[in-house]
Amino acid sequence: MSEWWTYRPSDFLLFSPRVYERLIEAHNAALWPFQPVGVLLGLILLVAVWRGRDGEARLALAGLGVIAAWVGWSFLGQRYAAINWAAGYAEVGFAVEAVALVAAGVVLRAPLATSNALRRATAILLIAVAVVAYPLLSSLGDRSLASAETFAFMPEPTAIATLGALATLRRRLALALGLVPLAWCLYAGMTLWTLGDAVAAAPLGAAALFLATLALGGRSRQVSGERLRSR
Amino acid sequence: MTSPRHVVTRRAALAGAGALAATAALRPSLAPAAAPLARPIPSTGEQIPAVGLGTWITFNVGEDRTLRDECAAVMEAFFAGGGRMIDSSPMYGSAQPAVGYGLRKLGRPDALFSAEKVWTSSGRDGAAQIEATRRFWDVPRFDLLQVHNLLAWEAHLETLRAMKERGALRYVGITTSEGRRHSELETILASTPLDFVQLTYNPLDREVERRLLPLARERGVAVIVNRPFRQGRLTEALEGEPLPGFAAELGATTWAQLILKFIVAHPAVTCAIPATTSVAHVRENLAAASGPLPDEAMRARIAAHIADL
Repeated sequence: MSEWWTYRPSDFLLFSPRVYERLIEAHNAALWPFQPVGVLLGLILLVAVWRGRDGEARLALAGLGVIAAWVGWSFLGQRYAAINWAAGYAEVGFAVEAVALVAAGVVLRAPLATSNALRRATAILLIAVAVVAYPLLSSLGDRSLASAETFAFMPEPTAIATLGALATLRRRLALALGLVPLAWCLYAGMTLWTLGDAVAAAPLGAAALFLATLALGGRSRQVSGERLRSR
Repeated sequence: MTSPRHVVTRRAALAGAGALAATAALRPSLAPAAAPLARPIPSTGEQIPAVGLGTWITFNVGEDRTLRDECAAVMEAFFAGGGRMIDSSPMYGSAQPAVGYGLRKLGRPDALFSAEKVWTSSGRDGAAQIEATRRFWDVPRFDLLQVHNLLAWEAHLETLRAMKERGALRYVGITTSEGRRHSELETILASTPLDFVQLTYNPLDREVERRLLPLARERGVAVIVNRPFRQGRLTEALEGEPLPGFAAELGATTWAQLILKFIVAHPAVTCAIPATTSVAHVRENLAAASGPLPDEAMRARIAAHIADL
């Protein structure tokens, strides 16, 4: 692209809002009634971050990896790639993220327990937004309730919750593991913004909050769950 | 790339259906009164209707059966109105299978003039991509294959010329959009034998009038115009504005028709390819290519009026 600066986000938009909404509706319909299980898994992740117990946290991090693989394959690969060839590349990214998260869950000790109040608050806020608020936000406005996007089934809430969990880790590790969900939040946010969907603010805001927390939140000292509860 | 105009939301479709029913009797121009104006392809003299059908965004509907049927309905109205050229690209997501679905549903209309593109950065991958595209369309061969956005154009032109020589292709072309890489396009146009060139042209994007359109005419290259409505932004911006009085002299009853008349009246232009999801709009677009067309003075008035708005 010798004149790349002349391109606008809308130049890369391949589909209409109606097509995208119907795609999500079809995905939801095919997997119903399992979406509440996604919400339940999200709440379990929230509790794991809140308590910071070693075993639970490691299981939660590995579980996020399994969910990333599932979302990448089931939505990005099997559905979204049909109307957006870029989703095929994103599916590969989610697969890499899945392996990295599972490995982190196996290797790290007490991964989601942090003594840093800002990082902990960001983690809980992002996970809560992804699990509880995002399905509601994504079905507001012109969108139907049938196109509500739930954690563990759609990439945006899954990426936001993942960023939340990663906000508790050491800065470099958080950035390395957060590369894929961060990139997805930026890409999805731009896509939704180009489609005229106000929910674009959620993934873009989540990415900004994650980066701001890592920049301003200071070091994240991993602590055990017992120490967290005694504070 | 073509210009999706008024991509219809569910709400708009419902509102539009009612409005159409109410106004159909008052707007006879929605049904083409005559066959659309045809223009010769300079390299062979074959006549082609001056309004075609683009598929950018509008035909990228995935495997949604309802939306594929809607695309087929647009194609049916297009062929019924005398249209021939349908243009797509591997870049347009699932538009190619949607076109293939429509063609199969309509019994493979004889009138079809199939215009496709090759879009891959590797010249070696071109032939395989073209074959995959042909299978999507389910046609024995393409009428026109174009190098999309000049990507690896030297290698792909070689492939396309070889296909043309052995009878696997009728016409060879090259495309750009939105005014990009015009100097490179000019060099190619001046030095390379081509049947078609595709570029963006409308009353606001007129830079091609200075060099590319005259050069195409001089070199005997057919011109396909994409994004006639600036991906729908132009017609949306003009919505609510009253048509100028002189539109009636041309038989144009909508801004879209006035813009299309402006475009196809240029002597170098062979065909404009607006994209739409609406049967009413495809009829309206084809109707623009019948009846009187503006002369040079009138074209200048149209461009000046729209620029003022």
